[in-house]
Amino acid sequence: MTEIPDLVRQMAEHMATTVPQAASLGFKLVSVGVGRGSIQAPWREDLVGDPDTQVIAGGVVTSLLDHTCGLAMASAAGTEAFSTATLDLRIDYMRAAAPRAGVVAEAHCYKLTRTIGFVRAEAWDVDKSDLIATAQAAFVLNRPRAAAPTA
Amino acid sequence: MTTSAEQLETFLQRVPYVRFLGMRAELAGDEMTAILPFAPHLVGNSFIQALHGGVIGAFLEMTALAQLSVAQPSPRVHKTIDITIEYLRPGRALTSYARADLRKVGRRIANVHVEAWQDDRAQPFAALRGHFLLSAAG
Repeated sequence: MTEIPDLVRQMAEHMATTVPQAASLGFKLVSVGVGRGSIQAPWREDLVGDPDTQVIAGGVVTSLLDHTCGLAMASAAGTEAFSTATLDLRIDYMRAAAPRAGVVAEAHCYKLTRTIGFVRAEAWDVDKSDLIATAQAAFVLNRPRAAAPTA
Repeated sequence: MTTSAEQLETFLQRVPYVRFLGMRAELAGDEMTAILPFAPHLVGNSFIQALHGGVIGAFLEMTALAQLSVAQPSPRVHKTIDITIEYLRPGRALTSYARADLRKVGRRIANVHVEAWQDDRAQPFAALRGHFLLSAAG
């Protein structure tokens, strides 16, 4: 297991909890590794997507998956300063989450080129072997030196 | 007999997450425009005050579900099967709008495309394609 620099761990903690959307959803950092990240989103009454079943909204899962993919991207890039933008994000919903259950997502940036990162992610509520959703995303990596002169 | 506007209002009022986003919708005939006013808790990048990619995806998905609630009224919420979100430009700190195009509504499954824009309809900042499992009509 490769050691994670403190800076990356701090960045991960910051990303998971202080980004406004992440904070408003109550995200908590579960773990971070090289090109990997995991974040938890707790269930909350105001985040319900189906009032008949009290199941958490798909939108929360979308934010969680996007954010966890971004974390995996960031940890793959290491301590280098950069910004990312999501190019596309595909989510397959296998089943609804359990009523009143929070969701955990885990993402892996399995390829990082100079400009693009490719990330896969999974989300589950109770049991990691029984997924509620999977995701596949591509991110653009904006390195400072590659920044456009007009930016 | 309920009108389309009432069905839409029922959908928007019943889903707590819609209120969390702060999303609303307007109906002109059978064409719905979803509206998402900017709010600080929707930000994903504080440096450029850009909307979170997840928020954009969620807004597009809720737009598809809201339009389906008008076209295919059901006492239950329709279920998302899969969605692909394309990000074209940053979502800025402005009000966002979205419209859904029901490409195919079958007996069980609907294919929906959604496009979102801010100050210029011709310059969309995000798009979604998705499949939805339809709940039985009420």
